[in-house]
Amino acid sequence: MIYRIDVRAASQAEGTAAADPLGEAIRHQIEEFGTQVGSIRTSRIFLIDSDAPRQQVRKAAQELLADPVVERAELIENPPADEGHSRIEVHLKPGVMDPVAASTELALADMGVAARQVRTGRAYLIEGIIPRTELQTIASRVLANGVIESIHFEPYIPDRFSAGHQYLFKLVHVSLRELDDARLMKLSREGHLFLSLDEMKAVQDYFREQNREPTDIELETLAQTWSEHCVHKTLKSAVEVTVQDADGQPVETRRYGNLIKETIFDSTMKLMNRPRGDEFCLSVFKDNAGVVVFDELDAVCFKVETHNHPSAIEPYGGSATGVGGVIRDILGTGLGARPVANTDVFCVAYPDDRRSGLLPKGVIHPRRILRQIVAGVRDYGNRMGIPTLNGAVYFDNRYIGNPLVFCGCVGMIPRDKIAKEARRGDAIVVMGGRTGRDGIHGATFSSAELTDTHADEFSHAVQIGNAITEKKMADVIMEARDQGLFSAITDCGAGGLSSAVGEMGEKIGAVVHLEQVPLKYQGLRYDEIWISEAQERMVLAVPADCVEPLLNLSRSEDVEATVIGQFGTPGEELILQYNSHEVGRLAMKFLHDGIPMPTRKAIVRRHGAPDEPSIASQSADASANVTGRLISILKHPNVASKHWIIRQYDHEVQGGSVIKPLIGRHQIGPADAAVIQPKLGSHRGVAVACGMAPHIGDPYRMAIASIDEAVRNIVCVGADLGKIAVLDNFCWPSVDDETTMGALVAACEACRDAALAFGIPFISGKDSLHNQFTDQETGRVIRIPNTLLISAMAVLDDVRQCVTMDLKETGDDRLLLIEPAGTGLSDYLAVHRAISQAIGKGQVLACHDVSEGGYLTAVAEMAIASGLGARLDDAPPAALFAEGNARYVVQATRDVEAQLRSSGVLVRPIGRLDAKSNHLLIGPEKIGVDELTRAWRGTLDW
Amino acid sequence: MGGMLPRTLILRAAGTNCDRETAHAFELAGSDPRRVHINRLLERPALLEEYQILAIPGGFSYGDDIAAGRILANQITHHLADVLKRFVEAGKPIIGICNGFQVLVKTELLPGAIGEGQTGHQTSTLTNNDCGRFINRWVNLCSKSDLCIWTRDAGSSEPLPLPIAHGEGKFIPANESIRRQLWENDQVALIYCREDGSPARGEFPDNPNGSVDDIAGICDRTGLVFGLMPHPERFVSPWQHPAWTSLRQSGGEGRGLRLFRNAVAHVQQVGAGV
Repeated sequence: MIYRIDVRAASQAEGTAAADPLGEAIRHQIEEFGTQVGSIRTSRIFLIDSDAPRQQVRKAAQELLADPVVERAELIENPPADEGHSRIEVHLKPGVMDPVAASTELALADMGVAARQVRTGRAYLIEGIIPRTELQTIASRVLANGVIESIHFEPYIPDRFSAGHQYLFKLVHVSLRELDDARLMKLSREGHLFLSLDEMKAVQDYFREQNREPTDIELETLAQTWSEHCVHKTLKSAVEVTVQDADGQPVETRRYGNLIKETIFDSTMKLMNRPRGDEFCLSVFKDNAGVVVFDELDAVCFKVETHNHPSAIEPYGGSATGVGGVIRDILGTGLGARPVANTDVFCVAYPDDRRSGLLPKGVIHPRRILRQIVAGVRDYGNRMGIPTLNGAVYFDNRYIGNPLVFCGCVGMIPRDKIAKEARRGDAIVVMGGRTGRDGIHGATFSSAELTDTHADEFSHAVQIGNAITEKKMADVIMEARDQGLFSAITDCGAGGLSSAVGEMGEKIGAVVHLEQVPLKYQGLRYDEIWISEAQERMVLAVPADCVEPLLNLSRSEDVEATVIGQFGTPGEELILQYNSHEVGRLAMKFLHDGIPMPTRKAIVRRHGAPDEPSIASQSADASANVTGRLISILKHPNVASKHWIIRQYDHEVQGGSVIKPLIGRHQIGPADAAVIQPKLGSHRGVAVACGMAPHIGDPYRMAIASIDEAVRNIVCVGADLGKIAVLDNFCWPSVDDETTMGALVAACEACRDAALAFGIPFISGKDSLHNQFTDQETGRVIRIPNTLLISAMAVLDDVRQCVTMDLKETGDDRLLLIEPAGTGLSDYLAVHRAISQAIGKGQVLACHDVSEGGYLTAVAEMAIASGLGARLDDAPPAALFAEGNARYVVQATRDVEAQLRSSGVLVRPIGRLDAKSNHLLIGPEKIGVDELTRAWRGTLDW
Repeated sequence: MGGMLPRTLILRAAGTNCDRETAHAFELAGSDPRRVHINRLLERPALLEEYQILAIPGGFSYGDDIAAGRILANQITHHLADVLKRFVEAGKPIIGICNGFQVLVKTELLPGAIGEGQTGHQTSTLTNNDCGRFINRWVNLCSKSDLCIWTRDAGSSEPLPLPIAHGEGKFIPANESIRRQLWENDQVALIYCREDGSPARGEFPDNPNGSVDDIAGICDRTGLVFGLMPHPERFVSPWQHPAWTSLRQSGGEGRGLRLFRNAVAHVQQVGAGV
């Protein structure tokens, strides 16, 4: 039978005033949405399906499920009456990953209670009688996500749990050979294949040649492998580019055979071929992550992924699995890298209604989105024991229906473990989590645009993570790597086993026995097993003599690992079987090279779109005086302190943190870049920073500004220009017209030009297109601004040379603004190089990059970080708030000033540190550092 | 036993994630640490007898499902209680850091039997921070106990700065009498304090989680078993301090290392099973 246990805070159980911080926090969140409600009491619900006697279950529940000091567990025999209260209960839908339930089953077994199944839920008892419609609104806006959870307004005690249905094998063929163009496209759309007409025709031709109709699983395999998400066909396409002048007249044409290869990738190749002292890049643009030299023995790798569409419809699960996914990218780099740092960047609409305006139908409120994506990153990253140490949040209302969630991971790998190759005869082993119906069609879903019906239509595309499953698996992979137990490894990401096995067996073929794949519950069809994107799984190629040792090692740490097939077939085919029935057979060559790559047309405008008004110019309306404008800039969400987010992440786990995200005497200053020493006991370090500038309308200038900001940030802590590598993440709306394609071309060209000019290679990248939202009711399309995130990583010889941005009390007190002498990339380079060299010589006490809000804002942040005052020379507001590339504020000596002047940069003394005062004096105006601090920290102090 | 260095067993389970840096700290302190999966100990509890120090490091054992540390504590209570009891009786120190502390208070080991003839059922807890969320920041600590072998000279003359990183770190004794006895027995080993060394008096952020009496760490009545929420293993080098660039330290070691040195010195002095 099913027992229901409710666990509540003890003081309520004893009938005294409720001390229920969770209930209070939720009441506060409900109020943020404009609904006043009474006090809320929360409880955790455990539904336990067991034949154990009532007494035994009650005792186990009291001992295990409730904290004896602060909680009480109660076996619910009769549903409570709830007099004078309104009840909302939230329970996970069947089949949704429930880590707490799984752990509870394990712990009950430790106590000798056999449970068939446990499920968990939560209840909210709200004081007062609230109308059902309003309860529904509260539940769906604040408490539950209908995609994965069901909402109840009465106590939920089911008679039994619905069991999975037995699956009866039936091979499905799809009639394709005789379809005309219109019917091909109908099949592509309705089958969620998202393939173009040309691609459908290529598939049709293939099966005409084979003289048979495809099976469903073959079509699915092609759709996954050929999805934008997996093959990046837009960035890899051939492009005919027309450059237009301001009047729209063509002034120049050029052609790329493969856009990304001939721009960004090519710039890296050129840099690698330049004669230089030592090698830096070890593996670029081919593995899961780019790999560069760390020291003689080890290399460091870095990858940043996006998880935008899942985060739009289930922000918590979406961001958590975004983190989980990029960590698996690192675990699957080479023969497995050890994750040592995470990064995250979010783009969302303004969290306050005043700025965000009316919410389109089907869209989650940006405040809830931000809360939930932060919670997802926090819970997954913290549980994995990987410090989350760098990131950014960018607010713009064009992200309202399609937020962006970027998750990055840095890993360490021995240099002799970077090469990998699956070999004929190797066993295919799937390790980690079990396969369920979750995440089906994720790859194709992320290659489509969002609409307000997507939450319903694609609820199965949402994945829920379980960090501990991944942590256990990571521990085993590191040990197996060191023992040399496998010859290749890759992550199960988008496309699931289909992509992982297809990719590893590209050159040699593979046979997979789908019935061998361990399942979460019965009833999965063979094609669902193949394309499920269930989380926390990796695929390994294991030599025959290593299979037993690997399976034993896994078992010894409670990690599931299963042989599901073998690499290598005579004709290099992908052969799929289910209980000895052949369900699919595709030539690897067709699967990987058969996709027709179209030639795209692109228009690049010499004078691109206008910029969004800068934060400084927005503040000009608000106040006439300088300090007033400064305060409104500091309060702007894009500038304001993000400590509410940063403090929720463990940024020090693993013990390597040297420059933390919040620094200075009071631990509140915004570090430009984070620094870790990834090898305990060694002072060699890795710095991580990022840059983005979606407010700049012209795509070329936008890309240059993004790269420059990332470089500035990482140079601020002391990076050497020769040891910086960068990653690109393009997030674009649908590239469905020549101008948007042209914007992509211009951004790629900017990346190439900046990389070559700065001598900083791109080592890996990713794109996510179709980032726009269509309101089906009004037909309104909200396109995100073209967004390029640049993530920078630098290897530091000695972290003890690092510099932070807080003003230093002792030493020289001169504040200098360092600017480029012109607006060319070589002018920017001169500044970056001069700063980097001065820091390397130990001549700089404090260094901060100038970005939003100009140098006055930079100095204000340096004062806030140190709690020290400064006296700035009078200057016109246009200078104080000016924004531009390659600008820094440094606290430095007179000698440095002369030295900098001689290196071809502009050096402007702007004032002096005033350690005795705690005020900022700007010409005739004066403002307390305390007041600046309050303004800067107040906006997002949730 | 190889090298005669005191051996430390760093216990890890699914979700443990501070095991490597904790091992590093013990190594710097002159111990020979081994990271051992709990399954090895469950298979052969006597394995523990080969070690002189036991550390339960930070992390999210079993995901903190149900409550922080609960499931690992449940495993220890049901399968390892005897061998741990003998370990302490042999005079060997045990430390639980962060999640390890959460585990220890949910077993019978901490604060252990408080009064005479009392059994050591769970008499205190670590629960959700008052602010309702996970926090990572540095705090100041004062050591208070002469009994605790781990905290000697660690934060008595000037406050010891260490980072915390937890969501469930609010220490609560089950009742007033237990609270009083913890103080009377000298079992309160560390408290959260201000920069000047005065008690935090429950005020955020000096007391980051709302712990009763600002309690950050306690020991049992032997002074051997010690648990604390802050992470001493994250301050073994001066460059781990959040303000080192303005403090201009020129070398030396991180002050968190003192705790590990104390335990190593203790087993070397008493020769506990070495």
